[in-house]
Amino acid sequence: MDWHQLWTIISLPDNIPIVGMIFIIPFFTWFGLRQGFANDRLLEKLEGDPKLARAHHRKTQPFQKGWARELPVWPYLLRMEFLAVVIVTFILMVWSITLDAPLEEPANPSLTMNPSKAPWYFLGLQEMLVYFDPWIAGVVMPTLIIIGLIVIPYIDENPLGNGYYTYKQRKFAIWTFIFGFIILWCSMIVIGTLIRGPGWMWFWPGMTWDHNRLIFEINRDLHEIIGITSQPWIGIFGGLVVGGFVTVAGYACHRLIVATEFTRRILGRMSLLQYAILQALLIIMLALPVKILARLLFRIKYVWVTPWFNV
Amino acid sequence: MEASKKAAAKSAPLATNGSNGSRQLLGVTVDPQEIKQKALMDLNAIKQPTKTEVYKSIFRVKHDQTARSRTLGVLSNVFLHLHPARVNRDAVRFSFTWGMGGISFYLFWVLTWTGVLLMFYYHPTKVQAFRDILYLEHDVPFGKLLRNMHRWAAHAMVLTVQLHMFRVFLTGSYKKPRQFNWSVGVILLVLTLLLSFTGYLLPDDQLGFWAVTVGTNMARATPMLGHEGPFGPQFGMTPFNDVRFALLGGSIVDANALLRAYIWHCIAIPGFAATFMIVHFWRVRKDGGISGPNRIMLESEIKPLRR
Repeated sequence: MDWHQLWTIISLPDNIPIVGMIFIIPFFTWFGLRQGFANDRLLEKLEGDPKLARAHHRKTQPFQKGWARELPVWPYLLRMEFLAVVIVTFILMVWSITLDAPLEEPANPSLTMNPSKAPWYFLGLQEMLVYFDPWIAGVVMPTLIIIGLIVIPYIDENPLGNGYYTYKQRKFAIWTFIFGFIILWCSMIVIGTLIRGPGWMWFWPGMTWDHNRLIFEINRDLHEIIGITSQPWIGIFGGLVVGGFVTVAGYACHRLIVATEFTRRILGRMSLLQYAILQALLIIMLALPVKILARLLFRIKYVWVTPWFNV
Repeated sequence: MEASKKAAAKSAPLATNGSNGSRQLLGVTVDPQEIKQKALMDLNAIKQPTKTEVYKSIFRVKHDQTARSRTLGVLSNVFLHLHPARVNRDAVRFSFTWGMGGISFYLFWVLTWTGVLLMFYYHPTKVQAFRDILYLEHDVPFGKLLRNMHRWAAHAMVLTVQLHMFRVFLTGSYKKPRQFNWSVGVILLVLTLLLSFTGYLLPDDQLGFWAVTVGTNMARATPMLGHEGPFGPQFGMTPFNDVRFALLGGSIVDANALLRAYIWHCIAIPGFAATFMIVHFWRVRKDGGISGPNRIMLESEIKPLRR
């Protein structure tokens, strides 16, 4: 256990956001879901008691007759904003006084940094480069992430949970987002920052970052394992494998979409186009962890090799 | 000659007039009592500045606790009128909004000001860029603090923007009628990342150079538009005409890339971001203000869909 190495990575000023993220993201996940669960308990109570449901103010926050439903912005909101600004400024001041922004040697194209890393928020994408070719990891996937995020409101046909925390009414949406945001995006940033060392090799926390380390890993393409040796059969085989994955993943996603009576009801509200876009995005999102596992567990490099592109 | 005679007549000694000490001065009767009264009035204005005409011309609204004054105080102030006059009483709580959108905006503000100050000391050229950073760190008063604050505020903003998006998702605030504003928010998230990324190259050190090299190398793999991407060569792409060349202004990260990063970072992207922010904030108000905490809706209350 190389504690010095661990401390070196964790205490790097540029890594503060990532170390902070390890605590901040779980905290806010808990903080949000806790309010969701509180609302869910109220929901159950109101569903069992229609009379109460009519009379109730429908919030977990306290409310009594005679209280104003709205408050003047000045001073009630503005003082909170002022307080937030003061606190943020204070944190920023202390942070800037105690920790210096990194400055390396002058840029030198003939001396490659090892490991040479992108800014921390792009390390998830850089980590993806291990599993996919650059055109997928660096171009197609980021584009799909942006498009996928933008279309969320247009494919989510669930009218419940609008403007309040809830888990029970939006299980599918919340799990999808947590899967994409925390399990894929955030954890890959953490891996890219803290785990990937020289040569972008995997170093468990506490392992020394040895610049001379060699890993004798033979990554093979799927068709080589099967024993197919010539095109066009390689391409056709890969196409079939990818097609098979799409079918299986699509079926699995469909089973989730029709899992309960409520989700079937939401599906009934969706148009064919909305369903197709949802399925396409879910399948591509699932392809990422599947390829990660194929690479890490079975050392598979490509599953689909064609003369023009490899997947 | 005529004019100078008139001037001499005007500056003639004051004539005493009457018994109460008032005098004739330039044709105006000057009463010491009256002057004293006026002086007292001015003194009183110092004691009660809110009663003066200067104050009233700047702050049009009384600073008291009536609902009218509080409402007008927000609505008649150019900086505050972004807010509605009244908000949902539960939306004021930290627990619902986490304050992340507002904090992101404040951090953008901090970054703009520290950034403008940094621009005074920075030249986007290969000869001077790195030396300017050294100068900032060692000679400019508070230069190090300035640079540190710019960098850490940028890191913090990337985090707070993501947390803001997380909160908006968890509260379902992107749902009708706020769908479009979520999309604007996603674009703002992308612009935040791009702002931070373009700033990475500016110190012209090894860290920024290799980070940008890694980042832009991906661009050469763009399908059809990069010389190493699928179908790129078939579309006639070479290292000297593809999308990476356009980003860097060359085939390697060099002086042109530094200048382009500087212009994107200091002018173009902040301009786009500010424009989208205006739309974002405007739409928050126009879509009915902050989304909640809303009254929870039961499953049995879902209305059938009308298409």
